[in-house]
Amino acid sequence: MSTLNKIELALAGAMLAVAPWIIDAAPYESTMGLVQKIFYFHMPAAWLFLLAAIIAGTASAMFLFGKKRDMDGWALAAAELAVVFGIITLVTGPLWARKAWGIWWVWDARLTSSLILWMIFVAYLLLRRYGGPGSDKLGAGMALFGLANVPFIFVSVNVWRTLHPQTSVVPTLPVQMGGPLWFCITAFFLLFLALLSMRARLERQRVRIEDLYLAEDEA
Amino acid sequence: MRFCRALFVTALLIGAPAALAAQPQPSADEFVPMEEAPPEEQIPAINLVAAAYGFVWIVVVGYVWSLGRRLQKAESEIAALEQRRR
Amino acid sequence: MKGFFRVAWLVVRKDMMVEARSLEVVSTTLFFALTVVLVFAFGLVREGTPVGDVSAAILWIATAFSGTLALGRTFERERQADTLRALMLAPADRPAIYAGKLAGMLLLMALVELVLVPLVGLLFQAPIVAYPWHLAALLLAGTTGFAAVGTLFAAMLVRARSRDVMLPILLYPITVPVMIAGVRGTAAIFQGTPDPDLARFWIALLLFFDVVFVTLALWTFEPVMTE
Repeated sequence: MSTLNKIELALAGAMLAVAPWIIDAAPYESTMGLVQKIFYFHMPAAWLFLLAAIIAGTASAMFLFGKKRDMDGWALAAAELAVVFGIITLVTGPLWARKAWGIWWVWDARLTSSLILWMIFVAYLLLRRYGGPGSDKLGAGMALFGLANVPFIFVSVNVWRTLHPQTSVVPTLPVQMGGPLWFCITAFFLLFLALLSMRARLERQRVRIEDLYLAEDEA
Repeated sequence: MRFCRALFVTALLIGAPAALAAQPQPSADEFVPMEEAPPEEQIPAINLVAAAYGFVWIVVVGYVWSLGRRLQKAESEIAALEQRRR
Repeated sequence: MKGFFRVAWLVVRKDMMVEARSLEVVSTTLFFALTVVLVFAFGLVREGTPVGDVSAAILWIATAFSGTLALGRTFERERQADTLRALMLAPADRPAIYAGKLAGMLLLMALVELVLVPLVGLLFQAPIVAYPWHLAALLLAGTTGFAAVGTLFAAMLVRARSRDVMLPILLYPITVPVMIAGVRGTAAIFQGTPDPDLARFWIALLLFFDVVFVTLALWTFEPVMTE
């Protein structure tokens, strides 16, 4: 763990620890009440989930077409973070929905696309873990296809749902953002940076270990 | 890349408290009204908020712990391999 | 360009000849599709009539399941004889080989669908002849999208460990739009008051999906299959 990672992690941890007081100080939202405060974790996690997915897809494309070997490590690191932030998004979302809309899960375009994107990255990780030799290129193809798929999933789920009568339970998300929200976004972003660089470092070390074993075999 | 990140962290350490103090409070009329759930379906909101916050912590701490352990293992393996080479 | 189609045609012809001699993939896939439909029938038919508008869903799920099986078997055969490596070593364009494999898979799945559609019409009282062109277009566009992604993934998985379980795990999340579009489009022409305009929208979406993913697959096949 580098010093920068430690500072980032400590700062993010401290910010997340004081976050409840900052969020508590924010004005009480009149129609949704207390449960609206879940939003302060939900939205940053969702943003970083998408960011991680985009990084994984882009790095995979660079690995496949640009033949950059170290890009594979970044893709794997970003994919793992996509799963981590994705599970936070997918769990905090229903907790909010339960109170706000009265049900745990809605087959709404945004929710369903998030779930499928998350599943794509879980599949990616399963492949990288159990796929054996050659799974790095295969995984890169999977991440690339997964990212290209997002608009299709969104459009198809949107039409599938909106052509049915029982939708429109999802409120429009707030446009204006307050200080507490930016506080949480910053904390999550710091955490994301630290974790991404640590995870990519782990992958570089794995490559190094492999090289060392190879050198030992040759010697 | 690394320099940019260090710069970002430093700027945050210096600038954030000031920015936070100056930040105007958001107005409360940002949401469209919710649909009323039947009363027997209601769960106290505080439980849900606490569950969400707790879940974030569990996932983050768990992930950092596993990542730290994996890094440590890799580092000790590299050290052992390099010692054997010498 | 002429070389491209020639190579693709040669690959298709080779696959068809191998298949014609053994009939292994065709017969097992067809029987599997039949079994899937029957399992659904036992689950969804109450007192002689099917529950709700399930026929579209059954048609597409059976297609997807048997397609996965066919993809796995086809490439398993290539792996056992190590013929895929030989194919890759041949002085031919990699994308052309992919196109040939995709065409072969489409032919096979079309054959399965020719049996599946009348079967679903018969067992679940689906009006399969009400809008035959819409149904054909949906099946063609949907199968192309499914097979485009499936052929690429199955080819990539030939060298991987635990490939049997990996193929559905990777393929189904990616083909979610195909399943939604196929099922909803088919349901639109199967329902009580058919809605051909809605079906046309889903056909357009499927065609768009096909164009994007066939292009992407042709583009990724080369770097992915290079060892």
